[in-house]
Amino acid sequence: MKPRVGFFDFTGCEGCQLTILNLAEKLLDVLDLVEVVEFREVQGHCNEDLDIAFVEGSICRLDEEKRLRMIRTRSKKLITLGACADLAGINIAHEEAGGAELAMAVYGSDSKHLQGGQARPVSVIVPIDGRIPGCPVDGQEFLSILHALLLDRPTNLPAFSLCVECKLAELPCTFEQGIVCLGPVVRAGCNALCIEGGDRCRGCRGLVDNPRESSYHRVLETFNRSVDDILEEYRTYNLRIDEE
Amino acid sequence: MKVQVPYLSRIEGHAHLVVDTKAGEVVECQLEVVETPRFFEKLLVGRHYSEVAGLASRICGVCSHSHTLVSLMATERAFGMEVSEQVTSLRRLLMYGEILQSHLLHLYFMAVPDYLGVNSLLAMAQSRRDLVARALRLKKLGSDICEVIGGRPVHPVTTCVGGFHRFPEASELQRLRRCLSKALPDLEQTVELVAGLDWPDFSHQAECLALHDSDGYPQFGETLISSAGLQVPNSCYREMIREYVVPHSTAKHARINDETYMVGPLARLRQGFHHLSPLAREVADLQGLSPSTNNPYLSQGARLVEVLHCVEQSMHLIDHLLLEGLKYEEPVVTCKAREGVATLEAPRGVLLHAYSYDKEGFLTSADCVIPTAQNLANLEMNLRARVPQIIDEEPDTFQSELEKLVRAYDPCLSCSTHLLTIDRL
Ligand code: SF4
Ligand code: SF4
Repeated sequence: MKPRVGFFDFTGCEGCQLTILNLAEKLLDVLDLVEVVEFREVQGHCNEDLDIAFVEGSICRLDEEKRLRMIRTRSKKLITLGACADLAGINIAHEEAGGAELAMAVYGSDSKHLQGGQARPVSVIVPIDGRIPGCPVDGQEFLSILHALLLDRPTNLPAFSLCVECKLAELPCTFEQGIVCLGPVVRAGCNALCIEGGDRCRGCRGLVDNPRESSYHRVLETFNRSVDDILEEYRTYNLRIDEE
Repeated sequence: MKVQVPYLSRIEGHAHLVVDTKAGEVVECQLEVVETPRFFEKLLVGRHYSEVAGLASRICGVCSHSHTLVSLMATERAFGMEVSEQVTSLRRLLMYGEILQSHLLHLYFMAVPDYLGVNSLLAMAQSRRDLVARALRLKKLGSDICEVIGGRPVHPVTTCVGGFHRFPEASELQRLRRCLSKALPDLEQTVELVAGLDWPDFSHQAECLALHDSDGYPQFGETLISSAGLQVPNSCYREMIREYVVPHSTAKHARINDETYMVGPLARLRQGFHHLSPLAREVADLQGLSPSTNNPYLSQGARLVEVLHCVEQSMHLIDHLLLEGLKYEEPVVTCKAREGVATLEAPRGVLLHAYSYDKEGFLTSADCVIPTAQNLANLEMNLRARVPQIIDEEPDTFQSELEKLVRAYDPCLSCSTHLLTIDRL
């Protein structure tokens, strides 16, 4: 019997699931290898046991927490899909803006349905067996992790920083334009996509395992940037959680 | 009889459908939107203009390019900036890519299974491989356009206030042009499939709202026009569109003059019918669509028409861009402390962002009016009108007819973003 796979979404934009549907013909090959039994965006649901559950989105409310635990109990492996699931991602930002009190002040106490709840990464609620970083995830990386899972191999992510890929692509360093970039401390794997597109790295793939702080500080000093500039950048995808 | 469909599948985001009837009368009919609110309008506040569009794109993965572009345009409006014709053309092309990606995903993966009587297209990967492969190929056509212009199929990285950080190469546009013309046989088969589906016979007059685009079929535009003849510039949208909270939904509802209304492909088709490209016009005629079509199920047919329109227009636009030759332009931004409102036609209808900035270029307030929120009240009205017609059907048919109606609106609920002061009705 083919391994049974499910896709589940919590609070997020569904961009990660869409990236998987964008795999086009390659998705057909995937469908030869596994049976997709649940994928709410394009399929009805069931309640069966799964070999692999991919979970997108952060966990914000009690009902989401319960649903996640249910998914965990019926799945052999649970893998997070994207920055929202991995780091709480962009969803955490409203807490910095004032959190629960803010919701209370704006909506009033009897509009509980409008309260957001604290956005948390999946791994805070249930143990995970692997993660696919990014906002959105990278389709190729999804495929290689899926293959590793099917072969029972470790789902390792690149252990070097984004700067390596950026330099391999011969892109000019963003710092040279006077702009702070998270490349030196962020995990590689996206081929420095944003920098290629003319933007800077904002850290959607999370921190590399052992960010080399001292050399990073030297980069900051060379370009006259402070650690505060960087901490400000960390806000976008909530990189601090990863740091703890 | 009470029908509850918890966690509707094949829609974007989370919703329950609740219909309660007694002696043939509808007692309750609600689409409960249970998506966790994400307070985007609040989390944008305090951000620098260079960050705002990237954050706004995360409101929705399926229409991330629409949110990015309307956000950039609102900022440009606030700063009093004009962008070049080249930038406008590339943005238009990006929008065509997004509409293709979204409409084809919807038609094949969300709508068609209902009419083929299956739970999912993915389940047909073995039995109807040709169909599934075609669906995935066509969907990729849209995401390829987005990738070439926006740098990524979901959440663009090349776009910025004033234009683009990076412009596509001529060779990339040529490649897209070839992909588009190669897709014609696939499109022909899609027309055969979709136009041959049996849409339920149901008409329900509703006011329709779309943008007036001086360049033709509604896409970009600054005037909101309703089928009842109302007209306002987008900066005065608050005079026309009234948004309000309902207890059963985390997404807001909206009305014009106390009436529910519809935005999206059918609303656009009705308003822009005479601007359709030749192929699109043929497909509209083939399905009997006209400026007075008022069967909401036929939104699916309108989607198909728009697919053809976008493919044809994209080819023309690419030819035009190649002929003019692509030039790099450096965006020059001067911040101003002002409000800016922008509108565009996202795949699901009129999308509006209104921003205020301080003079350093930090956002001080944001309001986002989202297509699905505008459609929800009308959708519930449609459901109420539809229930008595099918009340005697078997429960399964009854439920699936209603689900078809919900999906005809292609609701996209990831964007329960609203942050609002409570408005008791
Ligand atoms: S990680 Fe990014 S793309 Fe994925 S669901 Fe979250 S916001 Fe969307
Ligand atoms: S460059 Fe940075 S922000 Fe962009 S995709 Fe890669 S890790 Fe994410």
